[in-house]
Formats: sequence, C-alpha cells, structure tokens
Amino acid sequence: MGRYTLRRLLQLIPVFLGSTFIVYALVWGLSDDPFAGKCGQRACSPAYIAVMTERYNLDDNIVVQYLKYLGALFTGDFGQTASGTEVADVIANAYPTTIKLAIVALVIEAVIGILAGIVSGLRGRGFVDSLVLVSTLFLISLPVFVTGLVLKQVLGVELGIIRTSVPNDPSIADLIVPGFVLGSLSMAYVARLTRTSLIENTRADYVRTAVAKGLSRRRVVGVHMLRNSLIAVVTFLGTDLGALMGGAIVTEGVFNIRGIGGLVFKGILQQDTATVVGIVVLLVIVYLIANLVVDLLYAVLDPRIRYD
Amino acid sequence: MTVAASHLLEVEDLHVEFGQGRDTASVLNGVGYHVDEGETLAVLGESGSGKSVTAQTVMGILDTPPGRITGGSVRFRGEELLGADPERRRMLRGESMAMIFQDALSALNPVYSVGFQIAEQFRFRRGMSRKDAMARAAEMLDLVRIPNAKQRVREYPHQFSGGMRQRAMIAMSLALDPELLIADEPTTALDVTVQAQIMELLDELRRERGMGLILITHDLGVVAEVADRIAVMYAGRIVEHTDAATLYAHPGHPYTRGLMDSVPRVDDVAGAALRPIPGLPPSLSAIPPGCPFHPRCAHAEDVCAAEVPLLRELGGDHQAACHFAERFVAEDPDRPTTHEVVSR
Repeated sequence: MGRYTLRRLLQLIPVFLGSTFIVYALVWGLSDDPFAGKCGQRACSPAYIAVMTERYNLDDNIVVQYLKYLGALFTGDFGQTASGTEVADVIANAYPTTIKLAIVALVIEAVIGILAGIVSGLRGRGFVDSLVLVSTLFLISLPVFVTGLVLKQVLGVELGIIRTSVPNDPSIADLIVPGFVLGSLSMAYVARLTRTSLIENTRADYVRTAVAKGLSRRRVVGVHMLRNSLIAVVTFLGTDLGALMGGAIVTEGVFNIRGIGGLVFKGILQQDTATVVGIVVLLVIVYLIANLVVDLLYAVLDPRIRYD
Repeated sequence: MTVAASHLLEVEDLHVEFGQGRDTASVLNGVGYHVDEGETLAVLGESGSGKSVTAQTVMGILDTPPGRITGGSVRFRGEELLGADPERRRMLRGESMAMIFQDALSALNPVYSVGFQIAEQFRFRRGMSRKDAMARAAEMLDLVRIPNAKQRVREYPHQFSGGMRQRAMIAMSLALDPELLIADEPTTALDVTVQAQIMELLDELRRERGMGLILITHDLGVVAEVADRIAVMYAGRIVEHTDAATLYAHPGHPYTRGLMDSVPRVDDVAGAALRPIPGLPPSLSAIPPGCPFHPRCAHAEDVCAAEVPLLRELGGDHQAACHFAERFVAEDPDRPTTHEVVSR
C-alpha cells in the first residue's frame, strides 16, 4: 500500500504539469495581443505594457513563461490580479466559503442519499420505494438553477425562512439550503446507487451464509450487505467531493455566495489571466488529491483490490 | 415412519412452490427424509430436483418470496420448525444445524477476513471478545487442517485456494458445534484430488463429533464412499431411498438406474457412447401426470402416465416410488443398461 501511494503521488507530477501547462497556454496564448481591451477604449500605455511584459515574462517563449510562472508558484507567489491584488489573497478569501459549501453539500447528499437508498432497497417494492424513485427522478431532471431559484423564491422571498443572499464569511446554517441545491443531483444518484447495489447484494451468496450462521438481521444487513453495497457509493462521493471543491458557479450565483466558482467565472469574463490560471492550478491539485484519496479508500474498503 | 422425536431431523411431506398463478412451479412435492446422529444421508439428484430447496427450508433460509412453503413438516429433535418463531429458528442456525455451500468463494464475504467471519459467531452467539473470538477462529482453521492458521486467519477469502476456502467454510459451519451439518454440493467446484480430501475431512469430522450429515450431491462417486443411506430425488419428490450397498446393487427405480448407467465407467471402450438419461427433467410448472419420470422412462407402461406411484416399502428399509420397483430390484445386477433397453 505504501509503495502504491508513492507511485500514485509520483503519477500526479506529469498530470499536474500537463494540465496546468494546457491551462496556462490556453489562457495566455489565446489572443495574439494580451493587452487588447485591457485598458478600456484606449490602447494600453507603453509603460503599463512594459511593466506587465516584465512581470509575466511575455517576451519569452510560452514554455519559458510557464516554467518561470511555475517557479514563482512554488515560492507561494500566485501573481497579481489585473487590479493589482495578490491572487493568493483573493483565493484565501474565497476558498474557505467554497470548502464549507462543498462539505455541507457532501454531507447532505451522503446522509439523505444513503438513508433513502437503504430504506427503499430493503423495503422492496412499495410506497417508500416508489417515493424515492420518483423524487430522485424529479431531482435528476431539474437543472440546478431551477431548484436553486425555486427554493430561494419560496423559502427566502415568500416564507422568509432563509436569507436570499448569503453573507460574507457565511455560517454552516446559512449554507444549508445552497448546499442542498448544490448536492441535490448527486443526492439523487447516491440514493439510486445505494438502492441498486443493496438489492443486488440481497441475494448474494455470502448474505445467505451470514443468515445461515444465525446472525441477527441487523448484523446481516448492517455489516455484511452494507459494506459491500457502499463501496460504489463511497467511490462516487469521493469523486463528487473533488468536483464540489472546484466551486459551483450556478449555485454561488443564485445565492450570491462569494466562492471560488464565481471568482473564476468573473476572471474569465474579465480576461484576468493571472487569477484564472492561479485558481485553476489550485483546483487541479485539489482534484488530483481527491482522486488519490478515493483510490486509497477503495483499497481499504475492498481488500480484493491489492495495490502493490 | 411415525416414531416421534426419535430422529435428529425429520422432514415429512414437504411442499414448496415458487411463483404465482400460471407460472407456479411446484419445486417440492412431498419430500420426506430423516437423519440420525452420526450418520450420513446423501441426497442425490439432477439440478432442479429440489435438493437445495429442501435444505434451505430445513435451515429456514429459503427466500420467501419468491418461495412459498405450502405444506409438510420439518422436525428437529421432535420440535416442529415450520411456523416456529423466527428468533427461535435463528438460534438453531449455527448452534444446532449448519450449512456449507457449493461455491465457497461467493459464499464467503469478500470484504472481511476469513477469521472475522468465523469469529462473528463466537462474538455474537457466545458473547466472546473480539480477541478471544479471533483466537478461537484460528483454532477452528487448525481443526480443518489449514496450515499456518494463526496467520491465515487474518487473510481474505480471495487469498485462499479453492480447497482452503471450502475448509474455511467447514470451519465456519462447525464453529458453534452443530448437531446437524448440511453440505450442499461441497465438492462440486473443486478439482478431483481436493474433492477427495474435503470429503474425507467431512467424514472424519462427522465421526468425531457424532453429527448428522446431509450430503447433497449429484455425484454418485462421492456418495458411494461415505453415505450410510441415499435418498434419490426427482422433480421435487424422493423416488428411492435405501442404504448405499442396496442402491448400487439393486436400484428399484428406473431413474436411479439411469443415473448410475450415465456415469462413464473405467472399463468403457475408448470412444464408447455416453449413456445419458434421455430427455430433460420436467418443467416444474408443468409436471407430467402420473409418474413424473414416465416420459423419460424406457420401461413406462400405461399405468405410469395415469397413477402417481407412491414411495413404498420393498423390504429391508428400501423404498422406491415406481409401479414396477419389485421387478427392477429382482433383476440381475449385470442387467442391461437403460440405454440398451431403449435401443432394443
């Protein structure tokens, strides 16, 4: 397992270099003139161009530029936004909110999704099962912005239970409804995935063995069936966490949350290259780590997967 | 057969159906057998004859639905089990009766160590601590002669070979020292040399512990060496029942005879045709009237299609369900094979 982890960590290096280089090249190299439209109606002043060219090594070859950027990155220098703020500070402001929102969403989708899946999977055909199937189908078919806007309108504007706009540095309570909106789609998938794998495992031979051993039903279900059924679900949740950590442009927009998704969206619109590249580099790292954790977790849950 | 409370296990007139309405399949149609302490009863029959369903009904692990027990009786030491309190039946499982399955790889939980799965019974049925239970699990692995039991107890089923897995399965079934062990095709998934070792082990453990053993199989070779008595099943009924020697020398049912003739023999000339029983077992949702075997039987007469032959005593504790059983029993052991009768 140790060697496997090391190998996976080493594998991250080329993936990291490749993906960040592509992003860097795309963003900087997209236009022939990186200063087009940067200074409003007029052309940028030669002094500004000179400063920026110097700061971002724009005279160099793109590969050299990238390597110099990378070098700065490893000393903790993410560069500056177009308006001169440190990108690192901007990220540090926005990322805690994104992490909080991601965790709230993940907890909601895991708890509600798994519980609904277990109940409907164990009960078999009947009211609860139909309810879960229909409501998850409903959630899957609704686009996230519809769920978000409807909940904001009903709970926020009509009933006044939640604030329509989430404050800066929000508490967990502020993020419950946005988290539900963000996690709703995955929640529906988790419920269905749990249900299906539980039903598949109900007739498994080893479940029959567990019953034949005279174990209680609670132990047969809770220990023998559930562990096997949840392997797929945990994998799904882990991958989803990586995606959630990447920010949520739509949900953040609907509830006016200042997270990383909105930041990167704004950066792209304003062609704020340093911000976009800085954030994307961070997101690539987060996603790669999340994937690694999932793979390791998978090996812990299922001993048949031997990494060596 | 009404000696109450004397048998370890007594199954009587058991009926089980699967499915609904027109698709109802009568899987068991009045199965009855009994086992006593320390003896081996072999239940012999083709796939789908109801061997496993009977065993699952005895254990109380039949899936209902789709299965449905529509009649009969299962008594353990005289205690009626059908309709008994589910909790009482659970307490009997493992403690009084245990079962091992055909494919040990799928019958063991892949995500828990072998030791964990054996130890569970000590922990949750005997209240032992995790540590003590693991130590007992290692002793059980030792008992079924798994080398390095102390290390192997922490390994997972996929790290065991086929034979070792079946040994682990046996260790698990014996954990709570049951009085009755049901082995459902325990050697079918194994290669021949390992089969012999497993059978030997089962036989030895039965003798040492004085357990009753029900050996479900379709392999006549396995049965010949270890069974005290043999019950032959066909289409959810017992069609013949007697001790092993009598069955081999004087089978009273053409189906039993067909089974024996279909086993290739060492003295067969190379290239000699195999001698399968002609036809297929009947669909259980449309069992033919009269004797269920008559469409495949080379000796069938009009009466066979009209009347269901009952399992009757032929003398010397030999029962067969054939209208002409006496005639077959009386025939010479070097009788012509079923195949030869058909081609005449």
